[in-house]
Amino acid sequence: MSSATLDRPQPQAAPDAAPPMVELRGVSRRFEKKLDFAGKLARRLGAPVREEVVHAVDGVDLAIRRGEVVGLVGESGCGKSTLGRMVAGILPPTAGTILRDGRDVATLPPAEAREIKLRTQMIFQDPYASLNPRMRVADIVGEAPLVHGIVARSEFDAYVDEQLRRAGLDPAFKRRYPHQFSGGQRQRIGIARALAVKPDFLVCDEAVAALDVSIQAQILNLFMALRRELDLTYLFISHDLGVVEHLSDRVVIMYLGRVLEEAPAEEVFRRPNHPYTQSLLASVPRIEARKRAFSVVQGEIPSPLNPPSGCHFHPRCPHAMERCKAERPRLREIAPGHRSACHLNDAAAGTA
Amino acid sequence: MSDLALDRAAAVPSVAQERVETPFRRFVAEFAESKLALLGLGVFVVIALTAIFAPWLAPQNPYDLGQLDIMDGRMEPGTVGGAGFTFWLGTDDQGRDMLSGIMYGLRISLSVGAGSALIACFIGASLGLLAAYAGGRTDSLIMRLVDLQLSFPAILAALMILAFLGKGILNVVIALVLVEWAYYARTVRGTALVERRREYIEAAHCLALPTRRILFRHLLPNCMPPLIVVATMQVARAIALEATLSFLGLGVPITEPSLGLLIANGYEYMLSGKYWISFYPGIALLITIVSINLVGDQLRDVLNPRLRK
Repeated sequence: MSSATLDRPQPQAAPDAAPPMVELRGVSRRFEKKLDFAGKLARRLGAPVREEVVHAVDGVDLAIRRGEVVGLVGESGCGKSTLGRMVAGILPPTAGTILRDGRDVATLPPAEAREIKLRTQMIFQDPYASLNPRMRVADIVGEAPLVHGIVARSEFDAYVDEQLRRAGLDPAFKRRYPHQFSGGQRQRIGIARALAVKPDFLVCDEAVAALDVSIQAQILNLFMALRRELDLTYLFISHDLGVVEHLSDRVVIMYLGRVLEEAPAEEVFRRPNHPYTQSLLASVPRIEARKRAFSVVQGEIPSPLNPPSGCHFHPRCPHAMERCKAERPRLREIAPGHRSACHLNDAAAGTA
Repeated sequence: MSDLALDRAAAVPSVAQERVETPFRRFVAEFAESKLALLGLGVFVVIALTAIFAPWLAPQNPYDLGQLDIMDGRMEPGTVGGAGFTFWLGTDDQGRDMLSGIMYGLRISLSVGAGSALIACFIGASLGLLAAYAGGRTDSLIMRLVDLQLSFPAILAALMILAFLGKGILNVVIALVLVEWAYYARTVRGTALVERRREYIEAAHCLALPTRRILFRHLLPNCMPPLIVVATMQVARAIALEATLSFLGLGVPITEPSLGLLIANGYEYMLSGKYWISFYPGIALLITIVSINLVGDQLRDVLNPRLRK
């Protein structure tokens, strides 16, 4: 270690030794719409049809340490849900590797892959669509533990009761169907289902976005209580900066499939670096600033079918330069633990 | 932890012992909203019971030659025959009681119709589910087969298959299954394509459940409503198709006459005033099919609220 790194403050000293709990390296996900026979024929005849490729997630690097709560923020359609599904193992990435405890999940033998998959569970956005409407609550929660041999048939009832109670539900309701519950209760059923397979990592995909504000707070408190109780790690996906600020240790900002900024939560809210993060924060309504006019991010998010060249944010960026249209900015560390992808940082560093 | 305890208490509603409204109870209540459908269901139940208990209900076993008297042939409805009971619906040229003939004919018609619909449902639903879940080439292959099947008029396809296989109840069932599976496959695939994108299927993947379990425990039960509707309609269709085939002489053998064959038997007497030999089996067929369709229509309305006015 050189003397230059020694005198720098070490934000996270100990956990760096062990591999991160979850690590993404250059993970991408493309969705392709292949041309059918008629389309190919039309193109042969000169029609302007082409195969459409969406880079939902484009070369994302991300490391999540054990015990951390990472907030993933972005507008609708920026690929944050796709990223969450890849982390949860529902969707395979088209490029890049996902490591769990330092091991590539794609190359694990089936039995271990299943075990790893169970250790990552997902809480879904829509509490109405995420529960099978034809199953009773006890079966929704207890099916997977039974199938995977986590619980014996004889202990099934007690186990399900325990899961429901931990998620804040009365086990007396376990013979009911999902449609007999409110949105908040359904979300609790989803949480009980996820926790029943004993995960150590939860991916929450907009887990409170569909709920009433009062219920949101209850569910968020439940997440935090469970974190302490079960030593959980979270990837918390949300478009709501307020929710993320409240929960996260670290915040990752995504835009059109790429990570633009990544920093400890306090840093992001106190010293946002990327122009996109700054405009996002400026659009959050705050009581002390209610007389101020909102400076909403200008324009619409561009179509991911046809993303802008260079920096994806340049058409909406107030500081856009020529270079932004040509060159994709790399995610670089601008302060300890604070990374940002913006050419302005180079300019600042150059003049300083 | 105190905020947690409070918070959990708030989320638990009181366990009031209200009458739990199960999906089934609601379904029954909604089905009963249409009196016509209830009537259809009632008529169909009576018809089905008649068919099942025909040997005990019918005044005569029309296929026991010992009970037939050629002297009773072509009697008008209402005449009293040699055996001492009234032929309420007349007799055919062999002296068979038409009422008994219809009761026994219903047995054949209903069992061939329901049996073929059930087998076709099993095959079609499995293939449709597979097509939707596997996607890609499997999907294309199965759906092009469906298209091929549906491009033929059902009666033409069934005629070709029977011309190849020959007469017989089993062959009729095979022909009906081959003609009908495509409807089930298309229906199930359409629903399954929607359902498999829902989050509860993703959750099942996330829980690393086996594929077979996801298909049959999660996906299929959620594709049931349209499948039930199609199955009901297809039973009626199968009965009508079997009757048509038998009328044309390619269906069931003469020793096991269905309603269609009874109609065909009396056809030559239609113009000589002895209308009842064809007419009453025809009415029986009509009532059977209409009652099933009434039930099917209401099932469709209840199970698919978007179609409701």
